[in-house]
Amino acid sequence: MAMAIRAFLMFVLFLFSTQFCFSLYEDQVGLMDWHQQYLGKVKHAVFHTQKTGRKRVLVSTEENVVASLDLRHGEIFWRQILGTNDIVDGLDIALGKYVITLSSDGSMLRAWNLPDGQMVWESSLQGSKLSKSILNVPKNLKADKDDLILVFGQGCLHAVSSIDGEVLWKKDFSGQSIEVQQITHSPHNDLIYVAGYVGSSKFYVYQINAKNGELLKDNTAALPSGTYGELLSVSSDMFVTLDDTRSKILLINLKNGEINYNDNHISDLIKDTSGQGVILPSRLPGIFALNLDSLGILIKVTNEGGLVLVEKINNAAALSDAVSISDGQHAFAFVQHEENKIHLTVKDVHNWNSDLLKERIVIDHQRGNVEKIFINNYVRTDRSNGFRALIAMEDHSLLLVQQGEIVWSREDGLASVVDVTTSDLPVEKEGVSVAKVEQNLFEWLKGHILKLKGTLMIASPGDVAAIQAMRLRSSEKSKMTRDHNGFRKLLIVLTRAGKVFALHTGDGRIVWSVLLRTLRKSEACERPIGLNIYQWQDPHHHALDENPSVFVVGRCGPSLAAPAVLSFIDAYTGRELNSLSLAHTVAQVMPLPYTDSTEQRLHLIIDVNQQAYLYPKTPEAIHILQHEFANVYWYSVDADNGIIRGHALNSRCNGEVVDEYCFDLRDLWSIVFPSESERILATMTRKSNEVVHTQAKVMTNQDVMYKYISKNLLFVANVAPKAIGEIGTATPEESWLVIYIIDTVTGRILHRMTHHGCQGPVQAVFSENWVVYHYFNLRAHRYEMSVVEVYDQSRADNKDVWKLVLGKHNLTSPFSSYSRPEVITKSQSYYFTHSVKAIEVTSTAKGITSKQLLIGTIGDQVLALDKRFLDPRRTLNPSQAEKEEGIIPLTDSLPIIAQSYITHSLKVEGLRGIVTVPAKLESTSLVFAYGVDLFFTRIAPSRTYDSLTEDFSYALLLITIVALVAAIFVTWVLSERKDLQEKWR
Amino acid sequence: MGIFRSVLAFCLLITWSLAFQSDELFIGDEEFGLEGGQHRSSDPVYSQSSPSTTRKRFSDSGPDSKIHFELEHAFGGSEFSHAGNFSARLKTWNHGAQTLTKLRFSRNALSEAERNNFQKLLQGDDFYRIRLPSNVLSPPGRDYIISSVKARCLPGEVLEEHFVIHMEGVNILAVNYGAPGACPYPRQLKFPAKWSFKSHTVLKNSDQAPRAPVFSEDVLAGEEGEGENVKQPEKSFWAKYWMYLIPLGLIVMNAITQAMNMPEEQAAGQSGAQTQQQPGSAVQRGTGVAVRRR
Repeated sequence: MAMAIRAFLMFVLFLFSTQFCFSLYEDQVGLMDWHQQYLGKVKHAVFHTQKTGRKRVLVSTEENVVASLDLRHGEIFWRQILGTNDIVDGLDIALGKYVITLSSDGSMLRAWNLPDGQMVWESSLQGSKLSKSILNVPKNLKADKDDLILVFGQGCLHAVSSIDGEVLWKKDFSGQSIEVQQITHSPHNDLIYVAGYVGSSKFYVYQINAKNGELLKDNTAALPSGTYGELLSVSSDMFVTLDDTRSKILLINLKNGEINYNDNHISDLIKDTSGQGVILPSRLPGIFALNLDSLGILIKVTNEGGLVLVEKINNAAALSDAVSISDGQHAFAFVQHEENKIHLTVKDVHNWNSDLLKERIVIDHQRGNVEKIFINNYVRTDRSNGFRALIAMEDHSLLLVQQGEIVWSREDGLASVVDVTTSDLPVEKEGVSVAKVEQNLFEWLKGHILKLKGTLMIASPGDVAAIQAMRLRSSEKSKMTRDHNGFRKLLIVLTRAGKVFALHTGDGRIVWSVLLRTLRKSEACERPIGLNIYQWQDPHHHALDENPSVFVVGRCGPSLAAPAVLSFIDAYTGRELNSLSLAHTVAQVMPLPYTDSTEQRLHLIIDVNQQAYLYPKTPEAIHILQHEFANVYWYSVDADNGIIRGHALNSRCNGEVVDEYCFDLRDLWSIVFPSESERILATMTRKSNEVVHTQAKVMTNQDVMYKYISKNLLFVANVAPKAIGEIGTATPEESWLVIYIIDTVTGRILHRMTHHGCQGPVQAVFSENWVVYHYFNLRAHRYEMSVVEVYDQSRADNKDVWKLVLGKHNLTSPFSSYSRPEVITKSQSYYFTHSVKAIEVTSTAKGITSKQLLIGTIGDQVLALDKRFLDPRRTLNPSQAEKEEGIIPLTDSLPIIAQSYITHSLKVEGLRGIVTVPAKLESTSLVFAYGVDLFFTRIAPSRTYDSLTEDFSYALLLITIVALVAAIFVTWVLSERKDLQEKWR
Repeated sequence: MGIFRSVLAFCLLITWSLAFQSDELFIGDEEFGLEGGQHRSSDPVYSQSSPSTTRKRFSDSGPDSKIHFELEHAFGGSEFSHAGNFSARLKTWNHGAQTLTKLRFSRNALSEAERNNFQKLLQGDDFYRIRLPSNVLSPPGRDYIISSVKARCLPGEVLEEHFVIHMEGVNILAVNYGAPGACPYPRQLKFPAKWSFKSHTVLKNSDQAPRAPVFSEDVLAGEEGEGENVKQPEKSFWAKYWMYLIPLGLIVMNAITQAMNMPEEQAAGQSGAQTQQQPGSAVQRGTGVAVRRR
């Protein structure tokens, strides 16, 4: 019997262990997850409104997205995401039904079907040298009934058929040392002009027959001086450029293939200026724009080759290309700023006296300046011309403006999330009104009655819909207060545009957003970039009256030597509390595990000159740091030279300016990887806020193994120098992957292991005492994932229970990195079918719940894989005891189970990162995945063992209890009565 | 305190007189010089004669040749100075790779100044730092390998130190340097009885990673993730049919108890019948009474 019970128990356990995948039902989608789709900053836009039917605008963005948007509401009709290296250079419409994109430096030409976004054809254009890439879709250029597309890229001019993408002819300019600047098409005589420079002062022009690519004429002329900037075409045979002093405008005219030029001083056109101009890129017939002393100047080119100043625009922000509104009539728009308004002016190119449109639009100043504008015309009800404008703002948001109003807006800055942190919501204040409670009670009851109906299957279809709607918009989840389970939080994300958004985890709405002053373009800071966002102040003791705050670290430019900027933001309101432009640079930011009396966290910012600066700059912070001065260690990775160094604080800086918050450091250790055999590919550390529940791990034979848990472990993956490239460029013999686990306090290598015949890319995740990494095995032609677990042997003799009882153990002795580590490692490798974009591990509040790996697959989905599959102790035939412990029989590859995709049917396009945050409920972990899209859900790796599920019917329970009580009373009364009757007989 | 000083002075005197105490371990010449493969050499042949003359002596005469490289140390933030010599045999393999074997180490005795420096380190709980060249053939290679330890970790009977030198061919990647045992955190100030070093050295090369298990027949099944379910060992009869057996067992048990109760029930039934008769008679009587009452 005991045997049978054992077997039964084992079977139950086995059932639990195999059915770990917790899939969703269809009607549970959207209950605790949300998904948002974005595009990125718009680079090109083409309107398609000619035909009746859906009006749409086609855009391509800096995130390499090509999309078709509904012009009425701004929704996405379709969207195609090109690869990260496939940068879109040009976008246009051909034949009225194909969207043409040129990408990858002019080497990829694709046509997408306009209504649904399916790819129609793709043509790869070969060339030999890097050059400017130009896409030109002329209106009426036909060769054998085929509409031609002109593409210049990789030093070659291609004429491509717009029907099937076939290259009809090709002209190679890479042999000549000409740098092609412009390609124009003259519609009258089917000629193509290819214009460019040799050096900076020799102008070349080629005349090509558009039908067959025959070179008709080539001409050259030496310009009187060098040129500055790019060549701009004003019409098919006129070009303008600036000379190298930037004070003269060169006008180049091709009449019958002859090159004529004349130069005009800018000062002749505009009086009292001495500044240097820049020609703005635009496509306007007979007009060009010049930026001079931050003044926009429009200059008209007359047919005789003269220049006429037509308009000076103050506070000019952006200029649109021209649209043709009727025969020979062209309009264009420009935008001017005025405080929180913008002025949109539309003018006729040939008639300057009147404005076609002049509007003032109020725009939220958190959107910054206008960066790009695209206009489109329509016919108003009174048959006059109306205009609508698509505006890309500084914060990468996209607005459609019509009749002086913002028709719709899209927050496309969220497509380029740089860093994420979270903040708790405010604590619910006491004193809720009675009416509210009553209403809530009523709602609650109504909801549960509906649910009960659903459970008892007596709900009508209308009720079912009501239940579903109620579940989806339950007011509970989008409240602005802290909840008991810790599911409601603010996700604070920093975007590439320098804007910080706070998203509510309940429904993903934007709670606040702020465009940081320090990360906006300014005189002092030409190209600021945001780097990271950190928790600054997280008040626990004063949670009711103080707001938490976060701070953003940025840099004034892409180089490491650019000075740093800091911004402090209130996490509840989004107010920018303070901003600093620092004198030093930033190489590394180190949050210290100490807070001051106002619960501000201490941070060390380490600059490129290896000096550490303490923030906040208060005497109290100095005092705290002084106390822990000898216990601050950090490391730096020099990936170019293959050196990892360890540092500690040394003394105050002794520069000419006394700064008591600045510290020198000294090198404690260094690891020099031999450059001929290893290159650093990836490094990974544990999350600093990770909680580990227990150090001991009980084995099947009742042994105890102790996890080697140290916060200061670093995982390093190195590859052979020959295998640094892409997969397939190196043979298995000359590629290897070496992995290290290093203690960053002492620089000890705890573990070192070589994978022969393997190479990157390496993705890794480090948690507790284990690291899991993903790489490519060239011999097996497959991706592999390996796990390394580190166990502490110095505590291994604490197995005796008596020792534990009598206290003769060293478990409570403090852990020191300076003790010689006695570690053993266990590792195992498994095949994994997918390539991986990111790996994360779930984190829970107390670390009790078993872990799952969250793998961002190449298909932009997130797969949850139980850590038990990556257990180095898996054996081929696990014994009964091992099975009871949950060890899965050994297989060579890791399973991919369709139900364990936490993104279910959705895709997080362009997935870049996954963030996990523990909820207060131990079983649950919050997951936020970001890329071009955003996705949020919460998962319970071991199911929600500590709470009832959300669709648990309290009403049913209540009614059952009531019914039971009633039944008890009824039967009691009945039995009493019967008793009485019987006694009376 | 005075006694302590005199003891210290005495110790110093002893170390002075003994000058050189070599207690180094020698590493076996396994292909991978793993820890544990150590054995003490019976003939301590030191190339101690000229520690400061040459950094390396490397002859190309044979496949195996002897080389030296230098250990330097620094006290706190001071400059590095010579501290000892490593000597090893350079083994050239057929395929051209070179590895070091038979590492030996000889440490110089601490000079008076160094001893004072060390005492200062101990008092200040500061770092004792060492460095090695990153390439043993052309020192210092690209850069020095630095390692450091809190000085208070070292003193025991003597100053005990432990080197684990991570090698890759003739390159030194890193050195794990520290005390051979534990060094618990509130580090106590303690002076060694003898001012000499007791050194343990280990050479370490990279391990081979375990390969992914290969099941040729299961490759396809495993990919689908169904291997888990398919490869389930044959379940026992009980495990397969428990859901049928339990109700069956219950029914049987129910039947048995009923069967057991049957005789009792009969007996009880009889008694029940008797007792039933009494109210029956009572009723009769009762009605009789009632009738009479009417």
